[in-house]
Amino acid sequence: MKVSYYPGCSLHGMAKEYDQSMKAVSRALNIELKEVEDWSCCGASAAHNTNFDLSIALPARNLIAAEKNAMDVMVPCAACFNRFKMAEHHLKADKDLKAKIEGVIGAKYQGGIAIRNPIDVIYNEIGIDALAGKVVKPLAGLKPVSYYGCLLLRPPEVCEFENYENPFMMDKMMGAIGADVKNWSYKTDCCGGSLSVSKTAIVVDMCDKLMSAAREAGANCIVTACPMCMANLDMRPSPNMRMPVFYFTELISLAMGLPGSAETFKSHLVDPQPLLGQLRLI
Amino acid sequence: METFLEEVNKKIHGVPLQACYHCRKCTAGCPAASHMEYNPNKVIKMIQNGQKDKILNSSTIWLCMSCETCITRCPNKVDIASMMDVLRQMAIETGVGAHEKNILKFHEAFLSSIKFGGRVHEMMMTVHYKLKSGDLFSDMDIAPSMFLKGKLSLLPPRTKDMKSIKNIFEKTKKI
Repeated sequence: MKVSYYPGCSLHGMAKEYDQSMKAVSRALNIELKEVEDWSCCGASAAHNTNFDLSIALPARNLIAAEKNAMDVMVPCAACFNRFKMAEHHLKADKDLKAKIEGVIGAKYQGGIAIRNPIDVIYNEIGIDALAGKVVKPLAGLKPVSYYGCLLLRPPEVCEFENYENPFMMDKMMGAIGADVKNWSYKTDCCGGSLSVSKTAIVVDMCDKLMSAAREAGANCIVTACPMCMANLDMRPSPNMRMPVFYFTELISLAMGLPGSAETFKSHLVDPQPLLGQLRLI
Repeated sequence: METFLEEVNKKIHGVPLQACYHCRKCTAGCPAASHMEYNPNKVIKMIQNGQKDKILNSSTIWLCMSCETCITRCPNKVDIASMMDVLRQMAIETGVGAHEKNILKFHEAFLSSIKFGGRVHEMMMTVHYKLKSGDLFSDMDIAPSMFLKGKLSLLPPRTKDMKSIKNIFEKTKKI
């Protein structure tokens, strides 16, 4: 299949492991990516906290650019995904706002393409069986808990993510690549998001709670699909609480034996290489 | 004259706040409630009471991280997350400013980075935030390892059509 690809700022910055593994996995699963032409930032928390019109106009500029490719747009960053879906929701519900935003951007928004995150694309378009069929190195001994966070799921009417209070798609994928995925009750809790820099103490508390719950569930790592969750979980927990955190695409890439899959682990702050080495996975 | 409640309701574009029957499900699920002066459902009550200054001057509205758990679980679909956005925007637009100054300064540094290059450059944004907030020394312990691991890029990324970005900021400007 072919999709438009919106990497967003994080995937070209702190989350470049996600971009690299996303591209490698897409290639191996025959998902052809066409980058959105001259994309710009979605505005993230900073825009919607301070200015509603700006928070719609910034993602709308990218949605309009993506519409030129006439294909669904795949948005790996959970924060960008959320802002895209939110803009779509408001533009489709409010004609006056749509006219105003189109005036700001100087182009028409058609609303004809679907905004999708890669969990949905891989699970629903490629399928679990096809994914399992591509595994050359099952991740035996790896015990992740799946952490979905907030932005892929909520508000449910906007994000349209399957089973938003107890999501399962990433868990099934981890099972398909041979990991012993652990169940836990914190899949959809918040990591502290954008307060990471400006209100760090609160975020440390929230991340410590998640780490301790993951250990209690018997996990030896956490898997996520959000650059903000990754940054917070990799950087913020108290030193004695940390454990490796992965993007789900990094683990899929490793299990599929894709070239360069071990490279992305080197940029994690909590080094996952000792764990993967001990399990003879790298 | 428009009451504070009417003013907020108009901007939320959803279920009116008076649909809240204070079951406190929002507060029970809120990850930030323990750090706030007023629980999320209390904020609704205060809006109904017209306590505009007290709310706009609170830390509460800035400590909400927009995790959206409140609206997801509200039996009456009261959009508390949007309400918090609206209250923050009102605090800025009315000149009250942010009681949690650094949180707003971080957002401003983030938006400046978009204004400058169309895309956020994490290193430049962080330097900008530090200069604005005066919080110069936090995270200095992790910055070198982030740099060595290649997490911080030196070159700022750039959207080519910067005119369209400037235009968006100009035309959506409130104050």
